[in-house]
Amino acid sequence: MPPIPTATDPLLQVRDLRVSFRMDEGTVRAVDGVSFDVFPGQVVGIVGESGCGKSVTMRAILQLIDPPGRITGGEILYRQGATPIDLTRLPPRGRLMRDLRGAEIALIPQEPMAAFSPVHTVGAQIIEAIMLHERCGKGQARAMTVELFRDVGISMAEQRIDAYSWQMSGGLRQRAMIAMALSCKPRLLIADEPTTAIDVTTQAQILALLRELQRKYDTAIIFITHDLGVIAQMANYVVVMYLGRIMEEGPVDEIFHAPLHPYTKALLRSIPSLNSETRTALPVIAGTLPHPFNRPPGCPFHPRCEDILPERCATAVPALHTLAPRRAVSCFLHSELAEPA
Amino acid sequence: MTAPLLDVRGLRKFFPIAKGMLRRVTGHVRAVDDVSFTVQEGEALGLVGESGCGKTTTARCILRAIDPTEGQVLYRTRDDTIVDLAPMSATELGPFRKEIQMIFQDPFGSLNPRMTLFDNVGEPLLVNGMRSRRERMDRVAELLRLVGLRPEFMHRFPHAFSGGQRQRIGIARALATGPRLVVADEPVSALDVSVQAQVLNLLLELQSRLRLTFLFVAHDLSVVRHICDRVAVMYVGQLVELAATDAVFRRPRHPYTAALMRAVPVPDPRVSGTNAILKGEVPSPASPPSGCYFHPRCMFAEERCQREAPTLQEVTPGHFARCHFATELEL
Amino acid sequence: MSDVQAIGAVAEDRIAVASNWKLVWWRFRRHHLALFSGGVLICMYLVVLCPDFFTTQDPQQTDARQAFIPVQTLHFFDDGWNPWVPAIAGKRNPVTLRMEWTTDPQRKVHVSFFTPGSPYRVLGLFETNIHLLGAADPGQRIFLLGSDRLGRDQWSRIMRGTQTSMTVGLVAVTLSVIFGVVLGGISGYFGGFLDQVIQRLIELLQSVPTIPIWLALSAALPRDWTPIQVFFAITVILSLVGWTTLAREVRGRFLALREEDFVLAARLAGCGRMRIILRHMVPTFLSHIIATSSLAIPVMIINETSLSFLGLGIRPPAISWGVLLQEAQNIQTLALAPWLLIPGLIVIIAVLAFNLVGDGLRDASDPYSH
Repeated sequence: MPPIPTATDPLLQVRDLRVSFRMDEGTVRAVDGVSFDVFPGQVVGIVGESGCGKSVTMRAILQLIDPPGRITGGEILYRQGATPIDLTRLPPRGRLMRDLRGAEIALIPQEPMAAFSPVHTVGAQIIEAIMLHERCGKGQARAMTVELFRDVGISMAEQRIDAYSWQMSGGLRQRAMIAMALSCKPRLLIADEPTTAIDVTTQAQILALLRELQRKYDTAIIFITHDLGVIAQMANYVVVMYLGRIMEEGPVDEIFHAPLHPYTKALLRSIPSLNSETRTALPVIAGTLPHPFNRPPGCPFHPRCEDILPERCATAVPALHTLAPRRAVSCFLHSELAEPA
Repeated sequence: MTAPLLDVRGLRKFFPIAKGMLRRVTGHVRAVDDVSFTVQEGEALGLVGESGCGKTTTARCILRAIDPTEGQVLYRTRDDTIVDLAPMSATELGPFRKEIQMIFQDPFGSLNPRMTLFDNVGEPLLVNGMRSRRERMDRVAELLRLVGLRPEFMHRFPHAFSGGQRQRIGIARALATGPRLVVADEPVSALDVSVQAQVLNLLLELQSRLRLTFLFVAHDLSVVRHICDRVAVMYVGQLVELAATDAVFRRPRHPYTAALMRAVPVPDPRVSGTNAILKGEVPSPASPPSGCYFHPRCMFAEERCQREAPTLQEVTPGHFARCHFATELEL
Repeated sequence: MSDVQAIGAVAEDRIAVASNWKLVWWRFRRHHLALFSGGVLICMYLVVLCPDFFTTQDPQQTDARQAFIPVQTLHFFDDGWNPWVPAIAGKRNPVTLRMEWTTDPQRKVHVSFFTPGSPYRVLGLFETNIHLLGAADPGQRIFLLGSDRLGRDQWSRIMRGTQTSMTVGLVAVTLSVIFGVVLGGISGYFGGFLDQVIQRLIELLQSVPTIPIWLALSAALPRDWTPIQVFFAITVILSLVGWTTLAREVRGRFLALREEDFVLAARLAGCGRMRIILRHMVPTFLSHIIATSSLAIPVMIINETSLSFLGLGIRPPAISWGVLLQEAQNIQTLALAPWLLIPGLIVIIAVLAFNLVGDGLRDASDPYSH
C-alpha cells in the first residue's frame, strides 16, 4: 500500500458530523459525532455492520440526505481550491454542490442495476455526464468514454457503449459503473459496498481494477464495506464504526495487528477465515445489535463489551481520543475523556 | 459401512428456452448437469460455487421443491429402505416431508409476516398430526430454547426481530418435525459478520446435539470450511471437485477451486492478494463452452481441454476432480 | 438491562405483539382526514341500519297540495333549548296558477327529538314508533329539506334512499370481491390452461362497453318484479363487470407469492394446497384487497345512481339516490325547487368519504409507502 502522505493538507475533513432521522416512532441518530480525514491519493476504509451509519455518512458528504433525515450538526470541509468549503452549508440542489458531485466527488453505489437508467444505453449516461462537466462536444465525449471503458477492462468497448445496463452481467455492469464514476476525473471517489452484490472471483477482479485505477489517477477513495478481508486488501487507513460513532481509526496494519477497541478485537476474532481452525466454535460478540430507537446510554458498545468498566461505560460516552497522529480510539480503557453530556 | 443417507446420481435439471411467437423450444439452460454425490448420516456436505453454478437448483431438486429432469435422489429411510425421491408425486412425498427440511437464505422472506412465531414454527407440527395446541406450545417453547430464543417470544410477530433472530426462528421451524436431513441454502449470507458467527456456532452445536445431516449450500468458502466435513465445488452446473474439507483446502485438485480460494480477500494487510487473478466471466449455462467448461479461463488449459470434456475422477482416495491434469497440477 | 433500556423495551413489546391489523390501524389513525371520513361513513351506515328512525314522516306519504315546499331550516334555540322550524305560508300565483310558498320565520312550528310518529319495524324484528325528530304536534308535517313534486318529504326520502344506495354499493362490491378473489386466485395459483381461460374471459368482459350492457340487462328485467327483486338483480348486474380488475390484481399477487420463501417452507412442511392459499397467501394481501374494495364502493354507488337516474335501475316506488335525482331532471323543476338537488350533494359526500377512507387504508396497509 502506498504510504500516507504527510506533508499535504487533507482533501476532506469530516468534523463531528451528526445526522438524524425523524420517524413516527422516534428520532434515530444515525450518525452521532463522526470525525475523520481523507488525504489526497489515500484509500480510507470504513468498516461496520448494518446500522452503524457508514452509508448515511457517505450520503451526507454528497448532500444526498432526504427528509426525514437531516444533518443536525458538524461540518464537512472539502478542499476544492486553497481554502476548504463546508459542504453542510451548501444547498443540496444548488449549483456548487451539483458541480462538485460527479466532477470532484463521485459515487460507486452498491447496486449497479439501480444506478443505471433502464431506458438509456450506458454510454449515453456517461457521455452526458462528461459533456456536462467537461463542457465538450458529443464526439469528443464519446471518444473519452471508449477510452474509459478500455481502462476499466471492458472488452469490445466500442460496441458495449451502446448496450443497455440490463444486457450486461454483474461484473461488467460494475465496471461500467466505475467508468461512469471516473469519467470526470474526480479527486475523491466514494465506493459504497461496490463488491457486495457480486461473486468472489469477480470481486477480486474489480478490487484489482480499483487499485490500479487509484494508482493511475491518484484519486482518493473512501471504501465502505462490512468485509474485513476487502478492507485489509484495499485500504491504507481504516475507520471502524458502530451505531453511528467511530470506535477506532488508524493505519490498516495497526488496526489488524494491534487493535485497541474491544469491538474491533471482537470483530477480528469472529470472522471465519481460511486460516482458522475448522469445525470449532467461532468466538462471538455477545448480545444483539440494539434497536435503533432503543440506544443504550453511555458507550454504544457497552452492553456487548467484555472489558467493560461498570461505572464509567454505562453512564458516559467516550470521546474520540487521538493517541498518535492518525490513530484514535473512543474507549474508556484508553482515555478518560468523555463526550459532553 | 452403512449406505449413505442421501445418494444423488446423475441429477440433471434443464430449463427450456422458448423463443418466438409460437414459443418453440430453441435450447436449454443446463442449470444442473450430471451431478452425483453421497452424504453419510451425521456429516455436513458443503455445496460451493458462484452465482449461476446450479447449487441452489441442486438443493431444490433434492428437496423436490422443483422436479428434476433426470437422475435419482436415493434416500435411506429410518427402517433402512432406500427410496428414490426424484419421480415421486406430491402425495407419495408426504411422509418424507418431515424427514427433510430446509433453512432459507433470506431471513425476511422465509417467515410469514402475518403469523406469530408460534404459528410459524408450529405449522409443520400441526400439518403433521400434532393437533393439541397445548402439545404444540410445549414443543415450540422447546424449539425456541434450542435455538437460543426465549419461549415467551412465541406470541410475537416476525417484524419484531432482527435478521439474525429471524434466521434462528427459521432454524427452529426446520427442526420442528425432527428431520434427519437439513438443507441449508446460504443461511448466513444475508447476515452481518458478528451475527454470522452466532448462527454458525448454533448450527454446529445443533448438528452434534441432534445428530443432523447437513447439505450446506454457500458461496463463501470460509463459512463452508467452518461447518462442513466434505466440500463439493460446482461450476456451470457441474461438480468439479469433491473431497474432505481439509483435503480441498490443503491441496485443491481443480484449477477453479484454487482460483476460488485465491480470490477470497485475506483479512490481513500484510498478505498481498494481487497474484494470479482469475480472468474472464462465468459462461452462461445456456451455452457452455465445448469440452471442459472451465477451459477458456484456465491458465493450465491445453488443446485437449477444448476438445474433450473431462469426467469426475478419483485422484486420491475420496478426493474427486473433473480435470484432465488433476493428478499433475501443483495448485 | 438498565432502566432506560427496559422502558424502550416496553414500547418495543407493544409493537412486537401487534398483529398486522393493529399496525394498520395505528397507521390509519394518523390520517386525520381519513379518520374523519370514516366517522362520516359510520354515521351513514347507522342510517342504513335503521332509516325509519331518522325519518320525520312516512316517505311515501303524498299530498299534492304540499308540492315544492322549500327547505324549512331547523333552528335550535328559542329562549333556551327549543327546536323549531319556520312555518310555511302558501299563496297561489294568479298568473301561473302555481302555489308559491314562503317560509314565515315569525310563525314557528315546534320540533321535538325522539317523538312518537308513524310506526315501523327495526331490522324487521320489533316494532316501534319513536323517530329521532318530528313535529311536536303529530298532525303537522315538517319539511326539513323541502318537498318534491308530489308533496313527499325529501328528508325522509333521502334517509330511505341512503339505505338502498349504500347497501347496493356494499353488496355489489362484496360480490365482486368474491368473484375476483376466487377466479383470480385460481388463475394465479394453478396457472396453465385454467389461467388462460380465465384471463381471456376477463379480457372479453373488459372489452365490452359497460353502459350498453347494463342498459340491455336492466331493460331485460321483467316489469312485474318487485322492487326488492329489481334491487338484487341490479346489484348482481353491477358486480358482474366489477370483478375483473380485482381478479387481475389478485392473480398478480398470487403469482408473486407463489415464489415467496415462506410459501415454499409451508409446502415443504407438508401443507396442502388449500391451506397454503387460505392461510398463507390470502392474508398477506387481504388488507390490500380491503383498501381496493373501499375505493370500488363509490364507483358502484355512482353506477347505481346513474342507472336509476336514467330510469333503468331501481324504479319508484323504491327509493334510492338515483331515483330521487330523477325528480331533478327537469330544468323547470330545478328552477322552481333547487333543493331537489340535495341528494346529489349526499352522493358527493358519500363518494368523497369512501375515497378518503380507501386512500387512508391503502396508505396504511402498504408497508413500502414510507
